[in-house]
Amino acid sequence: MTNIIIIGAGPAGLQAAITLAKHNEKVLLLDEYMIAGGRLLGQLYEEPTGEWWNGVEKSNQLWKRAKKLNVDIRLQTSVYDLERKDDAWIVHTNNGSFEASKLLLATGAAEKPFSIPGWTLPGVMSVGAAQVMTNVHRVSPGKKGIIVGINVLSAAIAMELMLAEVNIVGMTLPFKTEVTNKSSSPIDVMDSLLHVSHMAPSKFIQLGSKLMKGQWMRKVGISLYPKNGVKIWDVPILLRKAVVEIIGDEVVKSVKLVTIDRYGNIIDGTEETIDVDFVCIAGGLYPLAELAAIAGCPFYHIDELGGHIPLHNEQMKTPLDGLYVAGNITGIEGAKVAMKQGEIAAFSLLNDLHDGSFSENVEQAIESVKRTRNEAYIQFHPQIDEGRRKLQKYWLNNQEDNEFIS
Amino acid sequence: MTNRIINHPVLGELDLSNTVTFTFDGVKYTGLKNESIASALLANGIRVLRRHEESGTTRGIYCNIGHCYECRLYVNGVQGVRACLTPLKENMVIESGKPLPTTVRDWRPKND
Repeated sequence: MTNIIIIGAGPAGLQAAITLAKHNEKVLLLDEYMIAGGRLLGQLYEEPTGEWWNGVEKSNQLWKRAKKLNVDIRLQTSVYDLERKDDAWIVHTNNGSFEASKLLLATGAAEKPFSIPGWTLPGVMSVGAAQVMTNVHRVSPGKKGIIVGINVLSAAIAMELMLAEVNIVGMTLPFKTEVTNKSSSPIDVMDSLLHVSHMAPSKFIQLGSKLMKGQWMRKVGISLYPKNGVKIWDVPILLRKAVVEIIGDEVVKSVKLVTIDRYGNIIDGTEETIDVDFVCIAGGLYPLAELAAIAGCPFYHIDELGGHIPLHNEQMKTPLDGLYVAGNITGIEGAKVAMKQGEIAAFSLLNDLHDGSFSENVEQAIESVKRTRNEAYIQFHPQIDEGRRKLQKYWLNNQEDNEFIS
Repeated sequence: MTNRIINHPVLGELDLSNTVTFTFDGVKYTGLKNESIASALLANGIRVLRRHEESGTTRGIYCNIGHCYECRLYVNGVQGVRACLTPLKENMVIESGKPLPTTVRDWRPKND
């Protein structure tokens, strides 16, 4: 029997596997995709040092290191159920069932959609799908596209698409509904964009964002915001437009746009149609945590972390015996943070397997995550620290409740 | 294979040397060995991967990472294979998903 199973061969899972294997643990690493790397695969951006962060290359390096350390990596293996039997976790997959005393869930994140009329038409895809097509498979998502949803992820991917000379006519908002709510209000979106303004080469945006720190200035800013948008990396950011319908018979042919006021309300008589052959929907990322739910882990909804989070402590342990988490399942952050979290989980596991002899490594890894978080180039949510604090409070409450019961 | 991004300023030139042939709905195409079926089809300009089992409306790639299940096809006779997760092999016989031959019964009460 393998001691440890890791589900998800993204940055967190791979790094955890490498750290464990270095300490002579037998590790089985499972992933559904045909290439190891997870969401890291699609990433491509220039760091402040001028170096390119190339996700395909980084993934390949991690995969090679894990392979060299004899990690048993099984790709194209989908996990569909988990069971706890006696002192073991049983993992059921399309390629058989596996058993281990310790289980690490590093399942990452998935994308939230906006269900705009016409969104099931072929040619409509998540912005991450366009990213993977472009950077990993090197196939253009289409001849001319539009991105619906303006956020950190879609802004970064828009830049990547431009880099590959994929034609993007603009980034727009979804129309306002109870569901899209904040993502459809220009003021709220501008608010969130201020946190990526340092990535924009345009002095106008950098300067503008400094001026717009105050609520009042933002309202004025949105009122003055040009209807035809401001360009970042040559992509027009259409904060005053919303897509209300995607049109096509068998495939996407065009989108219907309207002009909106600063709160996201549609202004009558402003409909226009733009011809496109693909549409990217960018609702942002949420932690992919179904397997933690199947395992029976308690959950808390924490906005700052991107959604429902399986309860865990700073050591990446859940309240369930032998169940650990790392990476985006614990909250939406960048790949570098995910890798460091994988390291914490690995040392935590080692510590539990070897009577507490790795407690110093665990503490060091926790500090290292904090440093990496503070130095992160792309921060998906500005209040990530606040979200992490909230979860720690829930953890302490949960521990106290359990003590009270026992 | 017209939709390939062959030259990329950072990722460099795409290796097109390892090609395979396959069929989709009986038509012969060329793709790259071990790329995903989804990318091979899109590279050949094919967006419609299936028709909805009930309504017959068209569906294509949505999430491209295996989560949404919108790209399911028949591959070498096996039903429900996700195009985005399956590596392309020589002589693969791929068919689009089709509507079911009979409608699904509506179990709701008549006056609902």
